[in-house]
Amino acid sequence: MKNNHSKTDLAKLRLLAYRIRYHVLMMTKRAKSSHIGSNFSITEILAVLYDQILHIDPAQPEWADRDRFILSKGHACAALYAILAEKGFFPVEWLDTFCLNGSPLAGHATHTVPGIEVSTGALGHGLSIAAGMALAAKRDGRSYRVFCLLSDGECNEGSTWEAALFAPQHKLDNLTAIVDYNKIQSLGTTREVIDLDPFGKKWTDFRWAVQEIDGHDMNQIFSVLSEVPFEVGLPNCIIAHTVKGKGVSFMENNLLWHYRYPHEGEFELALAELEKKA
Amino acid sequence: MLIVGDLGFGVVEPFRTAFPKQFLNAGVAEQNMTGLAVGMALSGKIVFTYSIANFPILRCLEQIRNDICYHNANVKVVSVGGGMAYGAVGVTHHATEDLAIMRALPSIKIIAPNDPVETRLATRTAALNAGPYYLRLGRSGEPTIHKTDSLLDIDKPILMREGRDLTLMTTGGLLYNVLQAADILAQKGLKSRVLSIPTIKPLDATAVIAAAMETKAIITVEEHTIYGGLGGAVAEILLESQARAFRFKRIGLDQGFSSVVGDQTYLRSIYGLDATGIAAAAERVLYDK
Repeated sequence: MKNNHSKTDLAKLRLLAYRIRYHVLMMTKRAKSSHIGSNFSITEILAVLYDQILHIDPAQPEWADRDRFILSKGHACAALYAILAEKGFFPVEWLDTFCLNGSPLAGHATHTVPGIEVSTGALGHGLSIAAGMALAAKRDGRSYRVFCLLSDGECNEGSTWEAALFAPQHKLDNLTAIVDYNKIQSLGTTREVIDLDPFGKKWTDFRWAVQEIDGHDMNQIFSVLSEVPFEVGLPNCIIAHTVKGKGVSFMENNLLWHYRYPHEGEFELALAELEKKA
Repeated sequence: MLIVGDLGFGVVEPFRTAFPKQFLNAGVAEQNMTGLAVGMALSGKIVFTYSIANFPILRCLEQIRNDICYHNANVKVVSVGGGMAYGAVGVTHHATEDLAIMRALPSIKIIAPNDPVETRLATRTAALNAGPYYLRLGRSGEPTIHKTDSLLDIDKPILMREGRDLTLMTTGGLLYNVLQAADILAQKGLKSRVLSIPTIKPLDATAVIAAAMETKAIITVEEHTIYGGLGGAVAEILLESQARAFRFKRIGLDQGFSSVVGDQTYLRSIYGLDATGIAAAAERVLYDK
């Protein structure tokens, strides 16, 4: 593991994570939309990716050698929109229109939005597309990297494993899959529905180089993302152990918050908790 | 790029040898094959996917819809063995609903060539024009009907024979049988206009409407269900047009999955898609009350 971040870097990342959660809370409440739990579990990962890891340029979203990020769990797009707005890909004011009539921001990640590579929403599509982009880079001799964020439920889809079989075959060490392992899917826990464990071992057996981290620890996230490729010739899998709804006590590990938008009272409580921890 | 789903033995090897960097075998994994194609197309490549019958389309239809069509990605989906080309190997290898299903998807163009000349042109068209295509090919050994490709525009219906008594329109490999059917009808004094329609989406309406205005009956012929393929497309055009005085009939498959085992020629004779079957059905259209 690399050295810890300086105090100022960590403070900056924490503030960024707070701002993402704040935006997500506002967006979800205003649009009465779902998936707040799914957005909160990936917040730290997105903060580190977009602030420290991805080689991207908000002024040139189509720059040919940019790193690519695909949110394969496209239902957690509010957090992605939030970090893209914070980074200047589009005006922050757009966030106020999330999911509302006429908005540029639909309720699943949409490729017409600057900074978003691919429209996702039907689970199990992103890793294949990411593998195609990674393969194109290899064949063209380009050095950009491709990162793909999946949900644990998404790993029920067979297509995910088709991509997982393919990537090591073609030595896509420029491809990194990050799984948001919050262990709750949409009708129960992963253990109740489709138990994925031993999860890391599955990816290792599929010939990926695997690292497991606490998905809310900024240091670990930064360290592990800075180390890709973990092994030359192998695609990378980061299993991020996360908490669905992380950041607001009554939302944490609660399936209800896959669906529920904050009502009056809940909203104020959530906001207060976020501000206290920021 | 040519990406195959572990199929094409005896066919794709020359391409693989000549262009190794542009060839990929994705294995028996059509959803991943399609996703890979989109990823590569979004990275600036022109990508063809390739498999047999329904495999490159139905297995990965959501990927075609959400990833290819919605992104207007430069991916051309090629299916070999349209209709009952794979004959005796059975129903799992018969593509008989593909045109109807693919026609409903936005942003994709559909070409079902009628002979090898049309196929060459279709391939070139798909490669040279950006955006999604579905190419529904035969298998191999189909008779060459067009003498030359130099004046052929496969974007529009192609006038093969002129006539005023009825019009036979066909796509996807039945042109040879339709022309023979026209010969049979000619011997009975009925002169058929014959249109080859390789591009069924977008379907250029001009020749279709003219035929309904200028001939007495419109008969569509396809190795495909009569629900939603060429027949459906032509009916849609004609019912919304000014043409009024014409009879209409869809010749195609209506009996469900084939319960008969046989090669393509045999199956066509069973299901009325051989020359005598087509001619007989056309005659009934003209003479039934």
